[in-house]
Amino acid sequence: MLAYVIPLCMGLLGLALVLNMLRLVRGPSVPDRVLALDTLYINGLALIVLFGIWLASDIFFEAALLIAVFGFVGTVAVGKHLLHGDLID
Amino acid sequence: MPFWIELLICAFLLLGSLFALVGAIGLYRLPDFFTRLHAPTKATTLGVGGIIIASVIFFSVQKQGLSLHELLLTLFLFITAPVSAHMLSKAALQQGLPAMDKTRGRRWKDDGF
Amino acid sequence: MTRFAWLPHPGLSLLLTGVWLLLTNQLSLGHLLLGLFLGWVIPLLLRRYLIFVPRVRKPLKLCLFLLKVFWDIVVANLHVARLVLGPKERLNPAFLEVPMVIEDEFLLATLACIISLTPGTVSAGLTPDRKTLLLHALDAPDIKALVAELKHRYEAPLLEIFECSPT
Repeated sequence: MLAYVIPLCMGLLGLALVLNMLRLVRGPSVPDRVLALDTLYINGLALIVLFGIWLASDIFFEAALLIAVFGFVGTVAVGKHLLHGDLID
Repeated sequence: MPFWIELLICAFLLLGSLFALVGAIGLYRLPDFFTRLHAPTKATTLGVGGIIIASVIFFSVQKQGLSLHELLLTLFLFITAPVSAHMLSKAALQQGLPAMDKTRGRRWKDDGF
Repeated sequence: MTRFAWLPHPGLSLLLTGVWLLLTNQLSLGHLLLGLFLGWVIPLLLRRYLIFVPRVRKPLKLCLFLLKVFWDIVVANLHVARLVLGPKERLNPAFLEVPMVIEDEFLLATLACIISLTPGTVSAGLTPDRKTLLLHALDAPDIKALVAELKHRYEAPLLEIFECSPT
């Protein structure tokens, strides 16, 4: 059964990624685009974890963790830049 | 792998993907930035949480031993999602992004004013 | 309050050890020792930058509170999903101002995180004197009732669980 459910879930997550991309391209303001990028990161992370289950391999965990960390740091850095105009606080 | 465990994993996977999709739909179709902020911070976080729980169950059964390190991802996401949402909404308030016409209540121009 | 100079944050040390064990994903004596060492050394090196965490007074209540928050997160997600998929006319967005009793930095951050994660609200700002929190709610038909519910549901238990003076 997993052999059918995992591709289905990948399809759903792929659709979510497409919607995020559309918001990233359309987004009328900069915070909109940053929010879309942040969501894109998190959905990509979910897709990687799913791919790890599909291959029954543990090695994707580190990649997912790194994506989570970089996504958060990137979002906070851009948010600070929007608030103060510089990154060093 | 027993059938009912496979069923459980499938249920968590489907639930997680559906929540992630709901978050993306909300990000796409809600009318202004502040309402759009709600969908990804809540739905997407829980969606990824569901997929990660499925992953924990799968690897624990497959490797005959507890495999909990995916929980770190959930922990990290649950701590960071509100922080980045707060950051972005502060930035949006400062830039004076338009809110929906129906929005009630007073909004601040900048920190505390 | 007794705080030893060589172990400034016992709770954080324990948490770091747990995180290290999770990260390596195996429970052996060597990793336990390494985790304990890291949990001891990292707070010691960073002690100038860490904020003060108030002591937990009622650990059992804390566990129950965390379970309740987790359940609320699931319920809030179902609510938000229904709002997102429903027609746009049903949305009732509003900005709320919540007066805060809590003064402690750590508890304030915790409360803001919980509020952002749970019931259709996102924290959007804080006055410089830390007395008022600005929230944006996705669906708030009754602003006053929502503010009262937030204060009763999350702020009061936090004050009760942690050791701090409310004024």
